[in-house]
Amino acid sequence: MADITTTATHSKPKPADAAKSGSPAPKGKAAAKPKPAPRELSGSAAVLEAFLEEGVHTIFGYPGGAIMPIYDALYDYKDRLNHILVRHEQGGIHAAQGFARTSGKTGVVFATSGPGATNLVTGLADAMIDSTPLVCITGQVFAHLLGTDAFQETDVINITTPVTKWNYQVTDATEIPAVLAKAFYIAGSGRPGPVLIDITKNAQIQKFSYEGYTKCEHIRSYRPKPIVRKEYIAEAARLINEAKKPFILFGQGVILGKAEKEFQAFVEKSGIPAAWTILGLSAMATDHPLNVGMLGMHGNYGPNVLTNECDVLIAIGMRFDDRVTGRLDKYAKQAKVIHLDIDPSEIDKNVKTTVPVWGDCKETLPLLTEQIEKKTHPEWLAKFKDLYRQEVDAVIKDELNPTTDELTMGEVLKTLNELTGGNAVIVTDVGQHQMVACRYAEFHQSKSNVTSGGLGTMGFGLPAAIGAKFGAPDRTVVAIIGDGGFQMTLQELGTIMQFNVNVKILILNNRFLGMVRQWQELFNDRRYSFVDITSPDFVALAKAYRIEGQSISDRKDLHSALKAMLDHNGSYLLEVFTGKENNVFPMVPQGCSVSEIRLK
Amino acid sequence: MNPNKQEYTITVYTENQIGLINRIAILFSRRKINIESLNTSPSEVEGIHRFTIVINETEEVVRKLCRQLEKQVEILKAYYNTNEEIIWQELALYKVSTDEIAEKVKVERLLREYGARAVVIRKDYTVFETTGQREETDRLVSVLEPLGLIEFVRSARVAIIKDSRGFHEKLKEFELAEPGEEVVENQYLNEQDKVFTM
Repeated sequence: MADITTTATHSKPKPADAAKSGSPAPKGKAAAKPKPAPRELSGSAAVLEAFLEEGVHTIFGYPGGAIMPIYDALYDYKDRLNHILVRHEQGGIHAAQGFARTSGKTGVVFATSGPGATNLVTGLADAMIDSTPLVCITGQVFAHLLGTDAFQETDVINITTPVTKWNYQVTDATEIPAVLAKAFYIAGSGRPGPVLIDITKNAQIQKFSYEGYTKCEHIRSYRPKPIVRKEYIAEAARLINEAKKPFILFGQGVILGKAEKEFQAFVEKSGIPAAWTILGLSAMATDHPLNVGMLGMHGNYGPNVLTNECDVLIAIGMRFDDRVTGRLDKYAKQAKVIHLDIDPSEIDKNVKTTVPVWGDCKETLPLLTEQIEKKTHPEWLAKFKDLYRQEVDAVIKDELNPTTDELTMGEVLKTLNELTGGNAVIVTDVGQHQMVACRYAEFHQSKSNVTSGGLGTMGFGLPAAIGAKFGAPDRTVVAIIGDGGFQMTLQELGTIMQFNVNVKILILNNRFLGMVRQWQELFNDRRYSFVDITSPDFVALAKAYRIEGQSISDRKDLHSALKAMLDHNGSYLLEVFTGKENNVFPMVPQGCSVSEIRLK
Repeated sequence: MNPNKQEYTITVYTENQIGLINRIAILFSRRKINIESLNTSPSEVEGIHRFTIVINETEEVVRKLCRQLEKQVEILKAYYNTNEEIIWQELALYKVSTDEIAEKVKVERLLREYGARAVVIRKDYTVFETTGQREETDRLVSVLEPLGLIEFVRSARVAIIKDSRGFHEKLKEFELAEPGEEVVENQYLNEQDKVFTM
């Protein structure tokens, strides 16, 4: 930097500042509620009161020195707040992510200062890029020790700034109710994301006069969503009505906006084929006649090829990630692009838009549906079907009904679909098994696919599955994990054991770090550099954690083993050995256009 | 260098919040963009701060950066302008030996020619001050350097946007629970015809 001056403008804000900008006079329902008489409360108890007010029941956390006052207060809230003691803070935050993804609520995490807080960073980055609402509370050393390299002191605020939607350090207990209200409001509104609140130990201990909790509904410097501009809706509708070969791409925005019904109505009235990003998966039933499959690097053949043939591209709640677009300068250049997104910074970020529809798709989709003509596009849809048939012949047939001795990941998914009826929550880790699971898993219900999309965090699967089960306790949760990723966070088997979390762990073991090996095979002349990974006896390991399990490698055992896993009362680990050097296809090689997708 | 790059001045209206400067700075450093100059100051509205940031970039990058800036919770608004659209100044201080300067230069003429003024005159040293644009403050450096310039420092750029009506009205809109037209303005609205004729 050439010149920097910071004149004395950053004077320390008064403790109440964060509160001031966040909570104007309560109005509406809140105003009608009589204010409770002030009572003396510790900062710690105020945190827990805030959770109750926000409807939080489940906390994933790990105690330590600097967060001990909060854990002490938690002792008195045991009947109202369910704390899940994880085995590592990373496990805690991934669990909270899994919880948020299946419940549609904000996940909550506790961690102590220093290493406890730094262990959250991967999860924060993952939640940031995948727009997952989280509120993380970290303990911090006493305020008077800040900056002294005190025991377990880390500058958590600065470490987490790039990976949080908002973060704030509390040094005075009186700030806590307003700051927590702000935290929940910011995490869950607009484009959701993770928020971290760092609370110094003195503020946790400090007693203050608690005057009740007011939910935050407005922050002047923060606009979670705009007024929808009708002229853009009209223009988008005109383009859609005139289109001959329109194509819908949908992402997680549909799920986060709780707009699945609105989306389906739009798709059905317009008759436009729709394809999903991996985070959009399950927003629409996989067997819907207009659902044409998956976008991107390992997506379906038709959606990728026809992206470069459509005349109007309608992107809904997705962000044109490079894994979806491939080479940008050869991406849908022939198409007019309509982009519906709640985040204005996504519009025109990667793909130039013809008509931007900035807003919450829960509001914009019905407006759009109203203005479009009811149509069908049989010839255009037939093109997708033709290409799908080619993909079946070249890839899918052998993947689902292999003639080789070795099992394929695809046939495991096929059998799993038959047994679950497509009604399970599928949590995946990262790698080949993730792509295969997303390609072949069937879904009939939204919020059923939990995976680390943007960050690609190996080790996400197992802890996220724990959280997913707490977020959807009545549903079957199957965690599909590779042999590599499982070994990154397998300590969470301890959490499963202690809290009897009923998750089905399905390890697809190809005795390789398969995705990297696939790339080395295809692009590095089979120079298999450090992808040969040795695993422990996973079944014996599970047994050490009192978790039942078995391992299979024969096709004849597949159905019964999966059934045994699903029927088992409680958690279960099934290891399936699959072909060592199977590849995931189709594939858009890096640096290629989506229409250059390879079938083999 | 990309020929489409040019100097842009970004004006950011923010809440007064510890750590915000870091949140702003990392948006630039993450993209490996060098900040040429950064100034924080109060604004025309009490309690609202104003960052003035100068970078050399293409318009597209600057536009995306401003969107990312506005996305930050504590940032109200970010504008970007070319040099033609703003009035801007920098301030510079020069310390020289009083003996040297009194002996070798006609100080009076120097002050007049370069629009400088003497801030401090002591037996051992003298401090001059100028305000102006980069070339103007640089010119005095070249004059004083042969005379043993002891210290030189220049401030960041501060800028006034020619077209701006200030932030008072806008802030009122921001304070409303429901945003008005002002707040939802975006480039598409302003360039609607251009956008729709693509």
